[in-house]
Amino acid sequence: MQKMKPSERMKIARQIMPEREACVRASDFLEVNRGYADEPARLEAARCLQCKDATCIAGCPVGIDIPAFVDAVAANDLNLAADILLSANVLPGITGRVCPQETQCEQVCVRTKKGAPVAIGHLERFVADWARHNRKDLYEPAPPTGKKVAIVGSGPAGLTCAGELSKRGHAVTVFEALHKPGGVLVYGIPEFRLPNSVVEAEVATLSRRGVDIVPDVVIGRTYTVPELMDAEGFDAVFIANGAGLPVFQGIAGENLKGVYSANEFLTRVNLMGAYRTGETDTPVIKAGRVVVVGGGNTAMDAVRTARRLGAAPATLVYRRSREEMPARNEEVKHAEEEGVVMRLLTNPIEILGNDGGWVRGVRCIRMELGAPDDSGRRRPVPIEGSELEIPCEVFVEAIGTRANPLLTQTTPGLEVNKWGNIIIDADNMTSIPGVFAGGDIVRGGATVILAMGDGKSAAASIHAYLMNGRA
Amino acid sequence: MYLITEAEWLAPKVRRITIEAPRVASHHLPGHFVIVRVREGGERIPLTIADSDRDTGTITLVVQVVGATTEILCRQRAQEHVANVVGPLGKPTEVSDYGHAVLVGGGVGTAVIYPQAIALKESGCKVSAVVGGRSKDYVILETELSKHCDVVYPCTDDGSYGYHGFVTEKLKQLLEFTSDPIGAVLTAGPVPMMRAVSEVTRPFGIKTIASLNPIMVDGTGMCGGCRVTVGGTMKFACVDGPEFDAHAVDFEELADRLTTYHTQEIIAWDRVRGAKLNSEPDNKFCRLSEAERSAVGVRQSV
Repeated sequence: MQKMKPSERMKIARQIMPEREACVRASDFLEVNRGYADEPARLEAARCLQCKDATCIAGCPVGIDIPAFVDAVAANDLNLAADILLSANVLPGITGRVCPQETQCEQVCVRTKKGAPVAIGHLERFVADWARHNRKDLYEPAPPTGKKVAIVGSGPAGLTCAGELSKRGHAVTVFEALHKPGGVLVYGIPEFRLPNSVVEAEVATLSRRGVDIVPDVVIGRTYTVPELMDAEGFDAVFIANGAGLPVFQGIAGENLKGVYSANEFLTRVNLMGAYRTGETDTPVIKAGRVVVVGGGNTAMDAVRTARRLGAAPATLVYRRSREEMPARNEEVKHAEEEGVVMRLLTNPIEILGNDGGWVRGVRCIRMELGAPDDSGRRRPVPIEGSELEIPCEVFVEAIGTRANPLLTQTTPGLEVNKWGNIIIDADNMTSIPGVFAGGDIVRGGATVILAMGDGKSAAASIHAYLMNGRA
Repeated sequence: MYLITEAEWLAPKVRRITIEAPRVASHHLPGHFVIVRVREGGERIPLTIADSDRDTGTITLVVQVVGATTEILCRQRAQEHVANVVGPLGKPTEVSDYGHAVLVGGGVGTAVIYPQAIALKESGCKVSAVVGGRSKDYVILETELSKHCDVVYPCTDDGSYGYHGFVTEKLKQLLEFTSDPIGAVLTAGPVPMMRAVSEVTRPFGIKTIASLNPIMVDGTGMCGGCRVTVGGTMKFACVDGPEFDAHAVDFEELADRLTTYHTQEIIAWDRVRGAKLNSEPDNKFCRLSEAERSAVGVRQSV
């Protein structure tokens, strides 16, 4: 393909991601997005202006050379595109699906000045899917360093760190508390957004490269961090055990039957497969009417899951307005298309029960936006006398998580902040030499890609620590 | 996969299963539990560790058939496997010299008090155990407990063995007439029993610890399904417990939450029982009458 002029590139419209029809997908768990076909992918890639000073790279937490891989797609050299992508990101099939591109790489794309940005996320997914199906893993093992690293948790931070460390020749063991690797990628994010097969394939790639993933081990209980360093002989530890405990609102009625944390609701359905009735043994309450409270991706996942289990209506209640929602735009749009009812500027104040101890509804109050708070978002203020009742049989709370104390409590000398999150230095190292941390256990609740960014930078620090004795 | 090294029936529908799980065995303390997933597609269920052996790397579970998953688990025989065993989970029992400690176990709850009895004895307590069952066949681990306790009082509802009456009645006698002042009562068993035990000890002002058995999924604090109200505060049994001050526990709420999946459990159980397996269970105890089945209102005791 001849080099196109910028003016020609500018004429190409952003290619639309093909989706399964809302009325069909709202009653199954198959993936919503179908992915680009070859031709739309090349056209979309040709929209990239190949900026010399590419701002998108700085917008990417794992620093993918975006113009280079996009250019390779435009030139139809998918092998090269995959090489570039995989050198910076060990889990591209995952990030291509769940990254909030609109607040990262795509937000700073120069094309946003005149229209839509290059669909970097869609192209990333396109290349990752092509590579998964068409390419042998051409990985060549690095010479072994003889160093052993333990990674706590097989979520996005842990897997990324494991991949980066094994590239450098370290022997990596990942300990996972659940029976299946992937962390939030398998218990939290639903099949219709991130198919299990994608996670399994990307985990299998790491296993082939010699990363040892050990399920059924809870660090803090089965082993402690000091034991890993002393008795088990690891030279360094990376703690990436995730966000942990669900937060409840603290309103009346939270222990009624039919109240779930989003973590429990999603775990039952995703990890335990409760939607596959007859094939799996874990139950979930399939209710006619479900209300989910929250405005993040987890809330969207929960309410769309409820919809797919047959809830009508599946209602989302959020105390601020649409603009303040932390969820990805695409998830909110998909939810609306699938018939999710959005009750914005509304906040639950009491869960109502019937005589049998089951949820029968939720009492809410209408809110209005006042002055901006610490987060810069306008603070929601209750409107006096505006109470209303929304009938439902299941109520799901998706308002965040707090740090899991299992590990931190059993690791003497590990400094945490007032919320229980682990404190790290600029090199991702904790107060204990050789013990590093990243992801949600450091950040509180954040995103998959930020956790992956932590995993990647921690791997570099761990490597330096192992080879030079300091991070 | 985790190898079952031994499996035997202890009582009607109560099976003792020993599993190779060296990582768990080497860290087990009294009060700990494990989460077991029997097979692919199976539920994760919490089960208290009844015993462990660091040398052989095994743990022992005592499991009552109360639904589909426990039915499948109890059909497993020695040399077969379970898919997953994770633990040890929960906080261990607070062991100190209580002077005289009384342990009250009902049904498979007796398996929970067994490791507690050993630890309390070692810490210097006088240890009395009150263990109950519907009839003689249902009283378990009496011989094992006798090796470590100063005295064991078996109780049966029908008077077919030991004391004729509920464990709570025997406990009350002890509280009123013992010459060794009781410093603590630890209890495990069906929720109504633990609640009754806490009511018996309350007027005496004696420290009473109950091992709770709520529904769990992950067992690490992540799902919050096991939340219980203790002293008016929300606690997660998997990370904050499973043992709590019995006088502060809202047992009514716990019992009610345990019925959440009752309908689904009956359906699932019927499906499992209807499926003819190649290996017919090696024991007459495994069959339940309709009356027995409908009487099972609580889940597996942690």
